[in-house]
Amino acid sequence: MKTTYRDATRAAIRDAMQRDDRVFLMGEDVGSYGGCYAVSLGLLEEFGPERIRDTPLSESGFVGAGIGAALGGMRPIVEIMTVNFSLLALDQIMNNAATLSHMSGGQFNVPLVIRMTTGAGRQLAAQHSHSLEGWYAHIPGLRILTPATIADARGMLWTALQNPDPVLIFEHGSLYNQAGDLPDDAGAVDIDTALIRREGADVSLITYGGTLGLVLEAAERLAEDGIDAEVLDLRTLRPLDDAAILATVAKTHRAVIVDEGWRSGSLSAEISARITEHAFYDLDAPVGRVCSAEVPVPYARHLEQAALPSVDRVVAAAREAVGTHG
Amino acid sequence: MNGEHSRWLLTEMLRVRRFEEKCVELYSAAKIRGFMHVYIGEEAVAAGVLSTLGPDDAVLATYREHGHALLRGVPAGAILAEMYGFEQGCCRGRGGSMHLFDAATRFYGGNAIVAGGLPLAVGLALADKMSGRNRVTACFFGEGAVAEGEFHESVNLAALWQLPVLFCCENNLYAMGTAVGRSESQTDIALKASAYEIPAWSVDGMDVLAVEEAARRAVDAIRGGGGPHFLELRTYRFRAHSMYDPERYRDKAEVAHWVERDPIDLLRAALEAAGELSAESWTSIQGDVDAEVQAAVDFAEAGTIEPVEELGRFVYSEADPT
Repeated sequence: MKTTYRDATRAAIRDAMQRDDRVFLMGEDVGSYGGCYAVSLGLLEEFGPERIRDTPLSESGFVGAGIGAALGGMRPIVEIMTVNFSLLALDQIMNNAATLSHMSGGQFNVPLVIRMTTGAGRQLAAQHSHSLEGWYAHIPGLRILTPATIADARGMLWTALQNPDPVLIFEHGSLYNQAGDLPDDAGAVDIDTALIRREGADVSLITYGGTLGLVLEAAERLAEDGIDAEVLDLRTLRPLDDAAILATVAKTHRAVIVDEGWRSGSLSAEISARITEHAFYDLDAPVGRVCSAEVPVPYARHLEQAALPSVDRVVAAAREAVGTHG
Repeated sequence: MNGEHSRWLLTEMLRVRRFEEKCVELYSAAKIRGFMHVYIGEEAVAAGVLSTLGPDDAVLATYREHGHALLRGVPAGAILAEMYGFEQGCCRGRGGSMHLFDAATRFYGGNAIVAGGLPLAVGLALADKMSGRNRVTACFFGEGAVAEGEFHESVNLAALWQLPVLFCCENNLYAMGTAVGRSESQTDIALKASAYEIPAWSVDGMDVLAVEEAARRAVDAIRGGGGPHFLELRTYRFRAHSMYDPERYRDKAEVAHWVERDPIDLLRAALEAAGELSAESWTSIQGDVDAEVQAAVDFAEAGTIEPVEELGRFVYSEADPT
């Protein structure tokens, strides 16, 4: 059937609510407004205000309440409107959700899912354009998911809710209108593995989330020049699927990592380090990276576009990786 | 005065007092490390509130929580072994003094971020309400927490959703070294809470019977569907904030003044005046308490360290994912 990333995300929430009475959705404007990005539109009418629960603008309060409700036996889906506002809840995420299992010697666990929009590209300026999923991937105790496709938007949520530990799902804001086909029987998918989205032999383009689309486009451009790029979608940023990363590098001997986060101390740095630690002798070229410029994301369209990864920059980095050996 | 019940409350407070005096001694002997904060002087608060709760209720406290854990029913030996960093500790040595947890007694910590436990209490109560369970979640925090945003967010949420939370503000007048008058524009804490449209009372936190009476009224009201309640318990810590505090911020005379209202001495004197506490009875209570503390020390001393190979356990749950 034809659907969109937004509708697939809504279908995933509806499915989870129908399957498990313990599941409820809580967040700012998820009910009467229908969700800031219209993801939960119509769910209030279907499930009522107890289970589609509007909250005040109290990110720390309602994220912490989600953690407490999970401790109390519920399976909450907490929606934080955007990753930018998640900083107001960082204490609860980092000091409670991520620590309670270990700190209590395994007596308690926090089966909580937190969804949030991430990313730039829509001229929303510095305070509404962060990409901090790599930051969250730094924290032991959390699982970090970045659905980049309609199938993953539909399928990752239920698997995340089955997980006994806190799972953060980052939905890139540019993906919600993405349209495509979804099988009628589409359902839960694994949240452990990275997936090859395009087979190739010459260079591995490693990415996730909002930049998967432009990386696939770059791969098509490279193909016109006779460069056969493989595209690996990480899907899960913590724990990383090391085996898949090392396998593609072993195959193509060249890697370019595309990450909308800032370069310094980033997820791309971590992946690059793992490749050099474990696949150094497989490499025929230095690992390349395409990241965001190290500036707060500006409003003006030309400046914003210059700050973000682009098809041109990915193509150039891939050509450099291939050319280095040539 | 109900002599038997009051003697039990006296015993409960003395259990905390003697246990923590031993903790201080063991800290000085380097058996316990890290940050450690004792509750000495504030025992009437935990004793009076916790006596009104049932086994299905939930309790959350701060990093000054040895007494709450003990009176909630966590074995003294398991608490002390935790502070020793041993596998027999209530958190296998992963939490220490500031992070005591116990699933069996629904004791959810042991939170060392000021106000960090309040949103969790709201969530636990939300789970109870959504599941149709008539349970109370009691959340202890200091007056320092009242300056945190999480306090206001949590009280507002609990009031808005009419959740069964008992907020217990242990007002000991100092947030570490900062006097309440230097951190709050409005120092009437109960008044602040009542701005969120919840019943809020100030109570003499050195009088365990007064604490218990107020807590019982609040807990009964919460169980009856009355929504969240707030208690400001006016108390004082006799010892330093932690084991590293030189106490430059308060006068010895002020401490001495409050020590005259030692909650254990007050109740003991009242019981004696009422003819409800014989010399033999007091000796017997002390003997029982000392024996419990000694048994806890023996238990902790016999503890063992967890194999270092298990370092990575529990970062992710080993629980059944259902």
